[in-house]
Amino acid sequence: MEAGQIGVSGPALKRRLEASSPRYGERVIYALLASCAVISVATTVAILVSLLEPALEFFGEVSLGDFLFGTDWGPTFEPASFGVLPIVVGTLSVTFWGLLFAIPVGLGSAVYLSEYASRRTRRIVKPVLELLAGIPTVALGFFALTFITPTLQDVWPGHLFGGPPLIFSALAAGLAIGLMVVPIIASISEDAMTAVPNGLREGAYALGASKSRVATRVVFPAALSGIVASIILAVSRAIGETMIVLLAAGNTPNLTFSPAESIQAMTAFIGTTATGDIATGTITYKTVFAVALLLFVMTFVMNLLSIRLVRRYREVYE
Amino acid sequence: MSGGGPPNPRARLAVSGARAMTAERLDSRPRGDVVKGTVFATLLFLAISLALVGLAILLGDAILDGRGRLDAGLITEGSSSDPEKAGLRSAIIGTLWIIGFVILLIAPIGIGAALFLEEYANKDSRLARLVEVNIQNLAAVPSIIYGLLGLAFIARGPLSLGFVVLTASMTLALLVLPIVIIAAREAIRAVPPSIRAGSLALGATRWQTIRHQVLPAAIPGIATGVILAVSRAIGETAPLIPLGAATFVTFDPSGPMSGFTAMPLQIFNWAKQPSDDFRVLAAAGIVTLILLLVLLNSFAIWLRNRYEQRW
Repeated sequence: MEAGQIGVSGPALKRRLEASSPRYGERVIYALLASCAVISVATTVAILVSLLEPALEFFGEVSLGDFLFGTDWGPTFEPASFGVLPIVVGTLSVTFWGLLFAIPVGLGSAVYLSEYASRRTRRIVKPVLELLAGIPTVALGFFALTFITPTLQDVWPGHLFGGPPLIFSALAAGLAIGLMVVPIIASISEDAMTAVPNGLREGAYALGASKSRVATRVVFPAALSGIVASIILAVSRAIGETMIVLLAAGNTPNLTFSPAESIQAMTAFIGTTATGDIATGTITYKTVFAVALLLFVMTFVMNLLSIRLVRRYREVYE
Repeated sequence: MSGGGPPNPRARLAVSGARAMTAERLDSRPRGDVVKGTVFATLLFLAISLALVGLAILLGDAILDGRGRLDAGLITEGSSSDPEKAGLRSAIIGTLWIIGFVILLIAPIGIGAALFLEEYANKDSRLARLVEVNIQNLAAVPSIIYGLLGLAFIARGPLSLGFVVLTASMTLALLVLPIVIIAAREAIRAVPPSIRAGSLALGATRWQTIRHQVLPAAIPGIATGVILAVSRAIGETAPLIPLGAATFVTFDPSGPMSGFTAMPLQIFNWAKQPSDDFRVLAAAGIVTLILLLVLLNSFAIWLRNRYEQRW
């Protein structure tokens, strides 16, 4: 709707609807607002550039194959080794244990809030879940270290996975991460379930379905794309979480899926290595950015997938 | 036919019998279904209780662990290597400086971007879709990556500001900007088009319409978004680690170009000490931090409920 062309070539008598003089002020404002929007795109570009530059230099020194498929991680050791698999497995292991907790709890909460809870319960419980979502991750990491780990050590059944977890373990960090992503799964899934039209529920009730059947066979499938999106987003958040793994999962790059052992996650490697005094241009510096690039790519793919899926259920029901 | 029923007593009896049978059939469900339904509902209730109990234990554990240091000294004392004397003062001042500049950055940029996307951009264009996906993705990029961006682009590299308050503010601002933009867009979208049409029909320019009609109506929603973004920025630790803030700070930050520490960082530094005294300090710090965030979030919710406009 830019002001301009419409009335210019018309008959002289016709009143012109647009402004009689060019409005420079409006144009300045347009440019200012547009530049604000550009900042968000520029951020992505800046992230990519800042990661790619050192990462490409890194791959000039270490081959991509050695990096992605090597099983020995010790970039700061002498001699250094750059096989990223142990810390990728560390990240995936923590994510796995976290999601094992968060998916049933999150989805259960979502179904409960959307299908079972009274209006009053929902009005009390939802802000409390939002509060959980707002807990700083450093607090969750501390919680994992000082409560989850000791509790696990107390209740551990004998020699499961080779004995109880040590001070640092994938499981303790995983459970704290699980607690962190429960609100993400619960709130996005609940949104998706609430967006399912009531007509579908009433139709099922009219056919004689019980409440649990309506929830599991009608609402759940109808909201599936939103539910899957919430889980993917939760995985992406779990993979990118730093403070919890830094405090509770340890810093030993073990290639293991055992929940009881200390591991190193990708973010924990970045967090321990990239402190302010890291020297630019060293191989350690480049390694940090190569790991960060891998992390960015992993989360980016999942974010896109989840954005797609959320858009789908919005288009269908709204 | 309503009420009454057939006059014939036998017919009436037959009807009431049939009605009773139908009602009985409809009311009763197979026993298996009832049991399954109850089990299912119990499991759901258990799931949500588990989440809430987890939160309760987290809070209770922090209060219990930190009760020995939940005193005035926690706020008035600066950093110290002696856990008895250490406090959050430098960290609180650092957080205040950082967050002040974060607000100065995210409020205008966030509102500007949201206004452009909602009021000016052609929403069906590929560019608009790209920007939208871009913002949603940015909201989910791991926060430590923002820290590396800050290290490579702001502390060093093109801007080379060094490890100062302003570097931290800019890094955190980029991190929480998507939250502000998404919230502001929703608030702006909630203003009905008829308001704009009315204003334009009276001869107002586009900016006059935005300035005098759209923005005033959207301000509560925008303010809520800014507060939520700020509370996220206050609690973030990971992006500050690459910005050199993990080093021991013995002074109070005093301006945008001063070295800094922040509350979550100070807590992290205490939490990773093996000594129990520092753990107590960390727990007390966590209680303080969560209390601050709860206050901010409650204020945001109150603001939303109090000033939300229904059209």
